Amino acid sequence: MSPEIAMPLAVAVPLVGVALILLARNRPNLREAMTMVTAFSLFAVVLSIFPAVIAGERPTIVLFEMFPGLRFALSAEPLGTTFAGIASLLWIVTSIYSIGYMRGHHEQNQTRFYAFFAVALATTMGVAFSDNMLTLFTFYEALTLCTFPLVTHAGTDEARRAGRVYLGILLGTSIGLQLLAVVATWLIAGTLDFTDGGILAGKASDGVIAVLLALYIFGIGKAALMPFHRWLPAAMVAPTPVSALLHAVAVVKAGVFTVLKVTVYIFGIDLLATTGASTWLAYMAAATILIASLVAMTKDNLKARLAYSTISQLSYIVLGAMMATGAGVVGGAMHIAMHAFGKITLFFCAGAILVASHKTEISQMQGLGRRMPFTFAAFFLGALSIIGLPPMGGSWSKFELVLAAADTGHLVFVAVLMISSLLNIAYLIPVAIRGFLPAPAEAGGNPGGNHEPDGGGISEAPAFCVVPLCFTALGCIVLFFYADWLYAFLRPITGAITGAITGG
Amino acid sequence: MILLHLPALQVVVPLMAAPACVLLRHGRIAWALALVVTWTAFAVALALLLQVIDSGPISYAMGGWAPPWGIEYRVDTLAAFILVIVTSIGALVVPFARASVEREVASDRIYLFYTMYLLCLSGLLGITITGDAFNLFVFLEISSLSSYVLISLGRDRRALTAAFRYLILGTIGATFYIIGVGMIYMVTGTLNIADLASKLPAMADSRTVHMALAFLTVGISLKLALFPLHLWLPNAYAFAPTAVTVFLAATATKVAVYVMIRIVYTVFGGPAIFEQMPIDEMLMGLGMLSMIGASLVAIFQDNVKRLLAYSSLSQIGYMVLGLSLANVSGLAGGIVHIFNHAMMKAALFMAVGCIFYRVGSVHIDALAGLGRRMPLTMAGFVIGGLSLIGAPLTVGFVSKWYLIQGALERGLWPVALVILASGLLALIYVWRIVEVAYFRPSPDGATEIREAPLSMLIPLGVLCVACIYFGIDATATMDLATAAAVELIGSHP
Amino acid sequence: MDVPGLYNYWIVVVLMMIGFYVVIAQGNLVKKIFGLNIFQVGVFVFYISMAKVKGGTAPILDGGIEVYSNPLPHVLILTAIVVGIATMALGLALVVRIRDAYGTIEEDEIETQEGELP
Repeated sequence: MSPEIAMPLAVAVPLVGVALILLARNRPNLREAMTMVTAFSLFAVVLSIFPAVIAGERPTIVLFEMFPGLRFALSAEPLGTTFAGIASLLWIVTSIYSIGYMRGHHEQNQTRFYAFFAVALATTMGVAFSDNMLTLFTFYEALTLCTFPLVTHAGTDEARRAGRVYLGILLGTSIGLQLLAVVATWLIAGTLDFTDGGILAGKASDGVIAVLLALYIFGIGKAALMPFHRWLPAAMVAPTPVSALLHAVAVVKAGVFTVLKVTVYIFGIDLLATTGASTWLAYMAAATILIASLVAMTKDNLKARLAYSTISQLSYIVLGAMMATGAGVVGGAMHIAMHAFGKITLFFCAGAILVASHKTEISQMQGLGRRMPFTFAAFFLGALSIIGLPPMGGSWSKFELVLAAADTGHLVFVAVLMISSLLNIAYLIPVAIRGFLPAPAEAGGNPGGNHEPDGGGISEAPAFCVVPLCFTALGCIVLFFYADWLYAFLRPITGAITGAITGG
Repeated sequence: MILLHLPALQVVVPLMAAPACVLLRHGRIAWALALVVTWTAFAVALALLLQVIDSGPISYAMGGWAPPWGIEYRVDTLAAFILVIVTSIGALVVPFARASVEREVASDRIYLFYTMYLLCLSGLLGITITGDAFNLFVFLEISSLSSYVLISLGRDRRALTAAFRYLILGTIGATFYIIGVGMIYMVTGTLNIADLASKLPAMADSRTVHMALAFLTVGISLKLALFPLHLWLPNAYAFAPTAVTVFLAATATKVAVYVMIRIVYTVFGGPAIFEQMPIDEMLMGLGMLSMIGASLVAIFQDNVKRLLAYSSLSQIGYMVLGLSLANVSGLAGGIVHIFNHAMMKAALFMAVGCIFYRVGSVHIDALAGLGRRMPLTMAGFVIGGLSLIGAPLTVGFVSKWYLIQGALERGLWPVALVILASGLLALIYVWRIVEVAYFRPSPDGATEIREAPLSMLIPLGVLCVACIYFGIDATATMDLATAAAVELIGSHP
Repeated sequence: MDVPGLYNYWIVVVLMMIGFYVVIAQGNLVKKIFGLNIFQVGVFVFYISMAKVKGGTAPILDGGIEVYSNPLPHVLILTAIVVGIATMALGLALVVRIRDAYGTIEEDEIETQEGELP
């Protein structure tokens, strides 16, 4: 299968999956089998694109013309292919996990859930393989809309309010700011194609470049740069598989992925480095890293804490892009992969704890680790990867980002990254440690768990939940050893200015 | 042979069918006649459009009297495009109307409904196709008088007062229009639009011409309900039978926008006149006020039909803004929005019609739980709503893109921001309805409510498909709109 | 400026203003319709006046006559009169229906009644 065919197929396969899921709506086992088949097929399709990209090709296919002169086109380059690979691989894992979670937690409307999940994956693939900013914007908006029913899945008042915040911020930023930037780019550059070295160089004054960049970076609300981050904690009312795959991997990564694409292929690293338009945004990102980490420490709800941790980690990637060096961009791109595995593990654990014990608050989790050893061990590994300690994948991307910060001479950023790591330790490790502490005396019975006569009934979550989270935890370790391969794969996106890594 | 007379047939066929409906005196038969006639008109409009694309503007001398003395029918790209819009909506409303009208109009008046409907359609088509400024007035009054009647057919007694208010304001608008036409006749001695276009620029600095433009602008602004001359519209749309609302919202104001474009660009010679009289700035300001103000009001409406009526006011602002931008992108954006808005607003009002058919109310609270009970109708509503917001892959996105482009080409960043802000306000009022329909449980005893009949759902579905299809592949509509804009203002940058 | 010579245009302005004022200021719907009609009559006079050529006669070909008035606006205004009558008839019909429905044709009373509706 040629990669030109594989790309539209990657968008189409999940959509076919939607049809299959809907057809099998009355037979849950068959329905879930359809999801699995779709997920595996998608991953196979995405894998088939890798060889061509490794060989340095950039397959492109024009699907149709949207407006006169503006094409709807897909192409594969290292950044997008990596993103698609991660998302599709983790979809398989999440699908397995969903089966355990959704049944274990007795969720309603499961067919709708699986159907929109598949649509979300289709649009994520579209984001990953977009060949120009118009295509990317289209899929980006579609992703927002099709995740809305997932966020508000519970249908409660709380879900509705969260849905408002979610849609309001994401559509508000993208329609209000990003669209303006896209149209302005089209007028200034006469093209929207992603091109090595950017399309804006020499076409606009420094002031216009600075304004445009700000419109893009804040307009990409999915990157959750403060002050447009409120939607992400709000989205945590969704079922945990949604938080895990979409709000730790697909949706938020679509945001930072777009930031990277815009930085590298619309503006060009050189342009940003010479105009300095991005420096203040780098400081914004640094501030977000620290503030979000501090907020995370105050959260007792595990999913809320993880959400703020995600906000902080996303800004690592934005920071990497805004430092405008090759190392920063590659480091940011690597962090997409590393953080994906780490954070999805943590969310899986949070969901598994919820299913097994119906507990959401960290303070209630004391002693649970003894009953759920796999879950808490995996949580520990995931946390280490987020913190960036060897032998976890997260250490490499953080190392690369620190290197980039040191190269550009912004020692402030080095300090921010270091402090942030300490904060990560402070808000993640206690969760794992608390789990292995002896359980508190159960004098007052068990207020939280109506289903269990006493705490003694709690055991590991269903195997459908535990196996995936062990898999992703191991993935964090594996990535540590294969990081050089990823680095080599992503390196070409910085094009001719790779010298910046050493030269500054 | 018959192909040569298509321009005349376009207007004459529905015009003759209207009195025939009175003679038939039977609702269902009149409906069947209207169905045949509207689809014929649609076919004629398509044929005209193909002819125009193929071989340029068509000029037809009515009754064989050569222009400029005789009445000329003239079909250029813009006119052909508008004809297709009006007839396509006209043809889709009739199948929808059968069930809807039987529910909302007294049964002994149904044949009169179709009479007036066909009369209104022929009036609108006449306005579009005629090349004579006074003939335009006559058709304007044909369509207006019949639409007053159509509105007054609503069951709610407020329909009567709404129709009356529209009659007063509409007549004042039309009278202003003939005052303007009289003034340009005084200085040029002609009423033929093409002839006027060639003679007026030479006299553009006369006081009479300026006054004429002022009268014409005010008169037409009343008909297209531009802020602050919009007071007749919300109640008229809210209390008319839904089929009427669908038709008027999608065509009547659009044709008025067309007249505005025709007068400002063709008769008065495009952007050049703005140096003499800065009506572009005035229209731009009023357009933006409409876009923001009407959207804000829409947010607080509890009657869904009224809410959509205010939304129409705001969308009319987009079109007026487009024509005031006076460059190809902006004008093309405005023109394509005529088409796009016709599709989406017709879809939305049809969805509301389906809801009324089953629920018997259009109050927002009555929509509770309809996401489950009427899934197809509500899906149609969501698609129409997304188009209003301007989400990508819907038609609304296309118009918004070109309008922003037009604004940015002139360096008007604040205008671009207003366009975007208006889209966000649309998000608020559309989502308010979506939340009620999908999140609020149905009231007890609503188990009877089920999906609307197929004859209403199919036209709705066709419009939704159009909303998406022309949003994904906008090359056809954009090529037409751009060609029309270039015809109007030349290759002016 | 030849004010007395243009007196019919002054009449046009006065008629239009009277009509317009009645439409806006009167609360009685029938009076509104009549105001509207006066307003339109002003426009009719305007068209008829502008077609009159000084010293011209009716446009009937006859020996020895050189100057004719322009017949076209007169014909146009015949159409406009017909339209005006149709409008007036429809307006009055609506007033009858409104009286049936509300029991009054005073605008303020109708508004009070409408204000009570949901």
